[in-house]
Amino acid sequence: MKTLFERSVTGRHCTILPACDVPECTPEITRKSEMRLPELSETDISRHYTELAKQTFGVNDGFYPLGSCTMKYNPKINETAAALPGFKNIHPTQDHVQGCLELLHTAEEYLCEITGMDAMTFQPAAGAHGEMTGLLLIKRYHELKGNTQRNKIIVPDSAHGTNPASSAMCGFTVINIPSAPDGCVDLDKLREACGEDTAGLMLTNPNTLGIFDKNISEITKIVHEAGGLCYYDGANLNAVMGIVRPGDMGFDCIHLNLHKSFSTPHGGGGPGSGPVGCKAFLEPYLPGERIVEKDGEYALDPRGAESIGAVRGFHGNFLVVVKAFTYLLTLGREGVPEVAKNAVLNANYLKHLLETTYDVTNKGICMHEFVITMEEMKKINGVSAMDIAKALQDYGIHPPTMYFPLNVHEALMVEPTETETKETLDEVAKIFLELHAKALEDPEYLHSAPHHSAITRPDEVTAARKPVLRFPFND
Amino acid sequence: MKTPEELKYAKTHEWVRFISDTEVEVGLSDFAQDQLGDLVFVNLPDVDAEAVEGEAICDVESVKAVSDVNAPVSGTVTEVNEALLDAPETINSDPYGAWLFRLANVTDTENLLDAEAYIKFCEEEAH
Repeated sequence: MKTLFERSVTGRHCTILPACDVPECTPEITRKSEMRLPELSETDISRHYTELAKQTFGVNDGFYPLGSCTMKYNPKINETAAALPGFKNIHPTQDHVQGCLELLHTAEEYLCEITGMDAMTFQPAAGAHGEMTGLLLIKRYHELKGNTQRNKIIVPDSAHGTNPASSAMCGFTVINIPSAPDGCVDLDKLREACGEDTAGLMLTNPNTLGIFDKNISEITKIVHEAGGLCYYDGANLNAVMGIVRPGDMGFDCIHLNLHKSFSTPHGGGGPGSGPVGCKAFLEPYLPGERIVEKDGEYALDPRGAESIGAVRGFHGNFLVVVKAFTYLLTLGREGVPEVAKNAVLNANYLKHLLETTYDVTNKGICMHEFVITMEEMKKINGVSAMDIAKALQDYGIHPPTMYFPLNVHEALMVEPTETETKETLDEVAKIFLELHAKALEDPEYLHSAPHHSAITRPDEVTAARKPVLRFPFND
Repeated sequence: MKTPEELKYAKTHEWVRFISDTEVEVGLSDFAQDQLGDLVFVNLPDVDAEAVEGEAICDVESVKAVSDVNAPVSGTVTEVNEALLDAPETINSDPYGAWLFRLANVTDTENLLDAEAYIKFCEEEAH
């Protein structure tokens, strides 16, 4: 489709705008050339964006099993709450925002209850930002104890790629440890890696293979005994929330992805929110201001000199917290574990339907997601994880997470979430099985998929390495 | 997995072919390309760049991730295989033909493994 610049016709414009009520001035520095803005009618613009919207795919369009991303349905009531004028039309420095402060205070209380933490900050804008914030808490803890030699973060090979990246961003050296054959942390390897220089461990539980690590208490004990702290990557909390708590597993700090587990929009629909929770002994290091309540009145209390300092302005993406809070109120205490149970049930149901045909790495019961490997099929007839992912698009299914986790070759990581019905899962399984049969009988059909989408196989490498970020005018 | 006898190997999975006592050709081993998965991009070093044994000299990108290529020995880059820029998948199909770069004034060769030792090393790493 054409860009706005290609649709532009000199002299065309929108409905006449009201007179400008800002006084004109002549700044000292003015641009010498005309701005080259596209000239379009309102109809052109409206149609352009509608056409763009038709080319997108969101959770409202169809099944979206993007593993470790928890692309659950985003209830519309969340948007209604976030659009209330008392939440929407405020400024972070204004007074008389008791309702907003109460919401943040109560959301902190609820999320601490769910995770087993003692305090939380809403400043981080998303998951990786939360990781960085949590690691800075760990760093500050060791610094203040004078343990500056503790500069290594241990990360298992099944971890999200952001874990080692965040560690490096915070100035830590990353120690990668391999998983045991059952996909869990290899305890011997962990013991070997722990020592005087261990700052901490970053772990997702359940991990990216959809396995709940049965040794979790032992893992956090080993790290603590070595003098390190334990960081919980909350990306996969959807599988366990309301059932078990990271705080009880022995974790000292965590981040949550409100845009995953707590049903706020994810990806292009964002923004995200990555609150960081911690145990009481880390609370003084948290960024931002603490919200305190006294006799029903809420106030902001600046943190002391031990704080790592702000990681973002004010209270982060406040309206995202409003949406997540609305979700929690909708679910109630009974609803939260119900979410986790259904997420696990849906994943196991879909796994059950696929595992006799596809090569699924989880042999027993999985948690909220499972991993298919196309390694054997690729060896036989060249049909790869990418080919299956592309072919799924023709059926209105968003591809699963691909080529991740890194310790599985040709991986397709499937997370159906709890918000899909049995009928959808049955239909999806039918399509997956059809594609498997097709792959055996006509591999070329899969190599050339998708056959029905506007864009088929873009050159992703060149797009990332040499992005074209502006319209190339001819003159 | 192929591991030609006449080549030397680094523990970071690069192979080294000696052209003379002080000149080598470097590529990625069969084990490395298999672990990386389908290669989609190769970032080659600059000619005249100084390679330091054990340090990253360039990188490759596969469908999974971007990975550093370490210099298996020290030396000066004299030539790079530009044909790989348009056909990075050659590393998957012909790992021992797809050399990445050539080095001259080669030193620090003592950590290289012979084929037998390298096979053993890969087996241990796989566990």
